[in-house]
Amino acid sequence: MTHNALSPGIVPGRLQAQDYEENFADLHEPLDDHEALVAADRCYFCHDAPCITACPTDIDIPLFIRQIATGTPEAAAETILGQNILGGMCARVCPTETLCEEVCVREVAEGKPVLIGQLQRYATDTLMAAGKHPFKRAEPTGKRIAVVGAGPAGLSCAHRLAMHGHDVALYDGREKPGGLNEYGIAAYKTVGGFAQAEVDWLLQIGGIKVETGKRLGRELTLDALRDQYDAVFLGVGLGGVNALGLEAEDKDGIADAVDFIAELRQASDLSALPVGRDVVVIGGGMTAVDAAVQSKLLGALNVSLVYRRGRDRMNASVFEQDLAASKGVRIITNATPVAIHGNGAVREVEFEYTDDTLAPTGERFRLPADQLFKAIGQALDAEGLPELDGRKIAVTGAGRTSVDRVWAGGDCAAGGDDLTVTAVAEGRDAAEDIHASLVS
Amino acid sequence: MADLTSNFIGIKSPNPFWLASAPPTDKEYNVRRAFEAGWGGVVWKTLGEEGPPIVNVNGPRYGAIWGADRRLLGLNNIELITDRPLQTNLDEMTRVKKDYPDRAIIASLMVPVEEESWKAILEKVAATGCDGVELNFGCPHGMSERGMGSAVGQVPEYVQQVAEWCKKHTDLPVIVKLTPNITDIRKPAQAAKDGGADAVSLINTINSITGVDLDIFAPEPTIDGKGAHGGYCGPAVKPIALNMVAEIARTPDLQGLPISGIGGVTTWKDAAEFMALGAGNVQVCTAAMTYGFKIVQEMISGLSHYMDEKGFTSVDQLVGRAVPNLSDWQHLNLNYVTKARIDQDACINCGRCYAACEDTSHQAISMSEDRVFEVIDEECVACNLCVNVCPVEDCITMERLAPGEVDKRTGKVVEEEYANWTMHPNNPGACAAE
Ligand SMILES: Cc1cc2nc3c(=O)[nH]c(=O)nc-3n(C[C@H](O)[C@H](O)[C@H](O)COP(=O)(O)OP(=O)(O)OC[C@H]3O[C@@H](n4cnc5c(N)ncnc54)[C@H](O)[C@@H]3O)c2cc1C
Ligand SMILES: Cc1cc2nc3c(=O)[nH]c(=O)nc-3n(C[C@H](O)[C@H](O)[C@H](O)COP(=O)(O)O)c2cc1C
Ligand code: SF4
Ligand code: SF4
Ligand code: SF4
Repeated sequence: MTHNALSPGIVPGRLQAQDYEENFADLHEPLDDHEALVAADRCYFCHDAPCITACPTDIDIPLFIRQIATGTPEAAAETILGQNILGGMCARVCPTETLCEEVCVREVAEGKPVLIGQLQRYATDTLMAAGKHPFKRAEPTGKRIAVVGAGPAGLSCAHRLAMHGHDVALYDGREKPGGLNEYGIAAYKTVGGFAQAEVDWLLQIGGIKVETGKRLGRELTLDALRDQYDAVFLGVGLGGVNALGLEAEDKDGIADAVDFIAELRQASDLSALPVGRDVVVIGGGMTAVDAAVQSKLLGALNVSLVYRRGRDRMNASVFEQDLAASKGVRIITNATPVAIHGNGAVREVEFEYTDDTLAPTGERFRLPADQLFKAIGQALDAEGLPELDGRKIAVTGAGRTSVDRVWAGGDCAAGGDDLTVTAVAEGRDAAEDIHASLVS
Repeated sequence: MADLTSNFIGIKSPNPFWLASAPPTDKEYNVRRAFEAGWGGVVWKTLGEEGPPIVNVNGPRYGAIWGADRRLLGLNNIELITDRPLQTNLDEMTRVKKDYPDRAIIASLMVPVEEESWKAILEKVAATGCDGVELNFGCPHGMSERGMGSAVGQVPEYVQQVAEWCKKHTDLPVIVKLTPNITDIRKPAQAAKDGGADAVSLINTINSITGVDLDIFAPEPTIDGKGAHGGYCGPAVKPIALNMVAEIARTPDLQGLPISGIGGVTTWKDAAEFMALGAGNVQVCTAAMTYGFKIVQEMISGLSHYMDEKGFTSVDQLVGRAVPNLSDWQHLNLNYVTKARIDQDACINCGRCYAACEDTSHQAISMSEDRVFEVIDEECVACNLCVNVCPVEDCITMERLAPGEVDKRTGKVVEEEYANWTMHPNNPGACAAE
């Protein structure tokens, strides 16, 4: 049975084989040697550079760019990875337009930043292609630490602990390590199985034992871990999802955006992945944009992203919004869902316009939908955790929780943006704090 | 990471990167920050005689030339030696050396050509605990008008005389800093050696005028409508400095005279090139003045990566490695025949190679209607101009013709044997190869 863009319902194979390949190719082609040199040449080697301050992991950006400019990309990679062991992934997924590149003096002066993200990728890719892991373990300390969650926070923490000579058990509830790098990030940002390759590369440090399929709250308890290990780091992310709170939210065709994305990321054949003709995504963050864009890339005819507040309040950056628009996603703002219509399966979603205070205006409209994705935020999903601060684990200093010898970092911990790079920074800093507390 | 530890004439430093005598080393505050940033050593800003301090101009001291994107390529200065009291400098050197015993501190000196003057200052600097002295015979402006600096460096007899006095009055290693404002650099180097100097350092700055203000018709930098020539340094002077270093390194009579390489060192690669041509270490001024002290981090990481790649375990294994390959023109192999090759995938069809070759060289590049540029082997003399003007690196390369192939330009079969001008039939003085 063949389908095309017009086929109604949620069906696979809306596109030709080569379309999938094109649509899901690298968002930014990697820089070649010449492009990298030209891009590196633009950096002014600023004093006390604003780009460094804007990087959550404090990468010495002028130094690594100069190292590229002087023909030593591997030295550049060491500068990057010494601060941010997932510098390869961050180079691909960081919203640089709101981090380092936003404050680059050449962005401020000319509207054209130095291509920091792409240069970072150039350097880290060069080192990884050479199969080198430039970090060595310190003398064994005999200390054992459990890290729960093998996402960016857990991986970064585990690597830094292993480097200091500790033995790390890295647990994850899923089948594969990597966290949202493996299951969440948009496919076109991390092509070619990079997430797993990067985890394999990271584990070359040694001293990290990965145990997947082990969940805190199922196979593991915090008390037992505290008994068995000298310290525990929690990097469990936000596994749960928020509900819309509408009736009929369980109709067919309604799904969590993160589940759809995870399925897409794990699909070996994208043409076998079904997608609706009329897709509606509710939310205003990176997850909403990614679900909308990837639905479109899978061949959906109409994709609408509906956000309850104004554009300026969307969590997705302007770059992400423009990306969605360029792929043909229609962005509707100031509208909140009020009803889901359909018999058994969703057919239409009804919205009401809201003003800037989120007060309903009384004006309503309906969008046809054979598929509806919810992307209104993720939530903590585990029991027996340390004290919370709002909806996340409360932390002080470098990730210390209310429970002795237990640290937390990444999305599951309060404070900081929910970004890959922030998770890496928090995992690294917690590891330093754990190390300091264990050897003192 | 390779071990970069350096031992230059017995002076040890954690790496071979020293700051040259200049503003970056003019005071304790700077030098402490330089050491914190990772510099292996400093040559303190040149000290003069006791007495009323030196006076500098109060208008601009620098002129410059820039490349694309206002990258600083050459700097010109009319600054004099330190303008702070001698004792202040000596006290500061003493304090810094005490706090950084593993770093090198060299005192740069410039006093009148009288034995008593040199003896007096040598005694004073020895008391600071510094690791050596450098005799500034290079400063090309201001001080030279007073019979010092390059006025000494340009007269080999004076160089030898002062070096002798210094060796007589101190046990510290003596480095003679040479001026490039001279026709044959080997002469003052020989004089330094004959005077017993432990090493030479070069180059100091080159006489220069960087520009002229075309509205008021005055050289830049302009001070109240007038300008004086200054000393040129920075990336632009590197080729001149490299050649002078190499000239000394390959001269049989100067064999074994240690050299501290100076002039345009900006990256690890520049430093490695100086060392390969015979410099035991390098000194840096303009790069630090352009980018700050932190720049040394790139030099350290770059050099140690390079050494790891080459399997060098000590910087000494690099020093002088290219010297045997520096040859006179007459000994270059005339049977080494190359042709330019354009990589059509890399070519961006700008036509610069065509303009260069067609207008100014050998009409050896063809241009098609649809802007494809190709080398005409029958015309290409392998001059390398197209390679140098092409904006894309490695787009045009020089490929060697294998022995047995025909050079389409000359119609001759390329011969395997080495043959140079001294053996060439067109050379009236040629002697046939035995
Ligand atoms: C769709 C989507 C797109 C995104 N795109 C970007 C982007 O482009 N750029 C960007 O910077 N950020 C992006 N983010 C955010 C980013 O992915 C997260 O901030 C980051 O992954 C947080 O890392 P973490 O280690 O804290 O958590 P996670 O990556 O969520 O990893 C947590 C790990 O813990 C495991 N785990 C959870 N519960 C348990 C348990 N009870 N027991 C054992 N293991 C458990 C999970 O299986 C997972 O492997 C995106 C997020 C989503 C959802
Ligand atoms: C502003 C300035 C002042 C300098 N003053 C001195 C000096 O006092 N003594 C000296 O020996 N050389 C002096 N130099 C020369 C430098 O030490 C160095 O030899 C020269 O700048 C070449 O190196 P570079 O290309 O790395 O700058 C000075 C250079 C500059 C730019
Ligand atoms: S702000 Fe921009 S120009 Fe300055 S150091 Fe950072 S990347 Fe380079
Ligand atoms: S660099 Fe500093 S001292 Fe020199 S002119 Fe500028 S502001 Fe003045
Ligand atoms: S100069 Fe280089 S890029 Fe330009 S046409 Fe010639 S070969 Fe091509």
